[in-house]
Amino acid sequence: MTFSLAELMVCAASRSFENEGEVLATGIGLLPRLAASLAMRTSNPDMMMTDSQSFMLSTPNPVSGMASHSGQANENWMGFARIFDNVWSGARHALVGPSQIDRFGQTNIAALGGSYEAPKVQLLGVRGFPGNSISHANSFFVPKHSTRVFVTGECDVVCSIGYNPDRLPRGYTFDDIDIRRVITDLCVMDFNGPNKQMRVVSLHPGVPLSEVLENTGFEVAVAPNMTETPAPSAEQLALITELDPLNVRSKQLKDNPPGMRNPN
Amino acid sequence: MGDAGAEADFDTAFNLTGMIGNARMNKCVSAADAVSVIESGMTIGIGGWGPRRKPMALVRELLRSDVSDLTVVAYGGADVGLLCAAGKVRKVVYAFVSLDFMPLEPGFRKARETGSVDVREIDEGMMLLGLRAAAWGSPYIPTRIGLGTDVITRNPDLQLVDSPYDDKEWVAMPALNLDVSLLHATRGDARGVCEIASPDHYMDDWFARAANKTVVSVDELVPSDYFHDADVARRVYWERNLTSHIVHIPGGAHPSSSDPLYGYDMKHYKEYAAALAEGGYDGWSEAHLGDSESSYQRNVGGLEAIQTLPLPVY
Repeated sequence: MTFSLAELMVCAASRSFENEGEVLATGIGLLPRLAASLAMRTSNPDMMMTDSQSFMLSTPNPVSGMASHSGQANENWMGFARIFDNVWSGARHALVGPSQIDRFGQTNIAALGGSYEAPKVQLLGVRGFPGNSISHANSFFVPKHSTRVFVTGECDVVCSIGYNPDRLPRGYTFDDIDIRRVITDLCVMDFNGPNKQMRVVSLHPGVPLSEVLENTGFEVAVAPNMTETPAPSAEQLALITELDPLNVRSKQLKDNPPGMRNPN
Repeated sequence: MGDAGAEADFDTAFNLTGMIGNARMNKCVSAADAVSVIESGMTIGIGGWGPRRKPMALVRELLRSDVSDLTVVAYGGADVGLLCAAGKVRKVVYAFVSLDFMPLEPGFRKARETGSVDVREIDEGMMLLGLRAAAWGSPYIPTRIGLGTDVITRNPDLQLVDSPYDDKEWVAMPALNLDVSLLHATRGDARGVCEIASPDHYMDDWFARAANKTVVSVDELVPSDYFHDADVARRVYWERNLTSHIVHIPGGAHPSSSDPLYGYDMKHYKEYAAALAEGGYDGWSEAHLGDSESSYQRNVGGLEAIQTLPLPVY
């Protein structure tokens, strides 16, 4: 059975939402959204998802090929102001794609380089990252694992709180911060190393550990029971096809690489 | 609609109210008259979200005015981008400025990268809290949001406070008091009752409540009995005494969406980005802005083309 790297990453990311129950899952971007949708259709049917507009759904919408929002499986109105009520309750898990991630798990989507007053590249702004990061669980999705994303120093703009002792607010401990998983095109990681160090949990098929270490701008730990990232099952691949009938997932990673690397 | 059109709407609105005896308030004015409540140096709020239901015709009227030195509070899209590009902005209070499908807003991006505007960059939810604090007459609302991030370090005027009830530190999100808010609604009557029929009204109600004056552009001007239907009345998110002026401008959200009437104009956003890149603000304004909303609409393909833009699917 063949599968693409994007499909492998979607399945790996969907496992982030296992056993969570009635938590609002928000995947920002096509592959993260596909991952959350897959989880709701497989490992966590009690999960909650929206239509990315203003309604909670009892079953996720496809990520491609939908002509209109009419006829979707609405559960309740869920406008943006109400999303914040849910965010601040803590019952949410976001899977997002930051431009930079540092050794503390702090992230950046606001701006790169230059000065804060005149950045070299203005990105989106901090958006909801500060509130998300101190309120609920977050996982990160990285389409291209490189030292440009996993930066050596601190992020240029720290948009989300991480495990940085120098920035820990008074009255808070690391237990108040909940960074779950990091899914990249090379591996799956978490922050359960010593002192919340980032840690490799599984390597994608055919990826050597050295490639992960070379492409990360800081030291990472390796889980004692590090495994190979499991290949998607036939059931998962069928559901992915159902959720993305136009195969837009094939356009998300450069050259749509296969999930099993060809031996050199 | 030009000014002549707005006057015609005035008469229609009066006839439609069906009043006997003392005349009710009539808040219908032209876009130019409505926007004239904004003076240089003021703090304005703009409703909508990114490329969705922005009061763009009112923003264009602001672009045609000589107002400058504004502080703009918004969930920003091309409203913020255009005002920055036109040199009308001193400071932007924002969590993002983006056009969804075009993540980086070109006018705002240039303003930031050249350091030409001051910023107060805050979280999306902090902005909501700031608007609520203003609406409720509170100096601030305590929140966890922002702790441990550069929102605190980059906003030295944002204070951390102690709580009388625990030993933690809290961010005191200050009230975002607005002089004027600009909003776009689906329908409104001459008294300022406004319906937002879109899937989400975003934070528009809080923008109205946080402001001294609120100007609302509407796609459709309706008689007051339109609101007698309970389902319609449930889509009215603020009371009419918060609406200062109503401006009837069919297509007035273009190029942003006014769901369910029309979607956003992806083609125009791309033309806008290209025009800014090639000829700066002057290049865009010469090609598109015109001296009135009717000339603007002619420049972008006409009202009928706007009203048939397909609704976005997310």
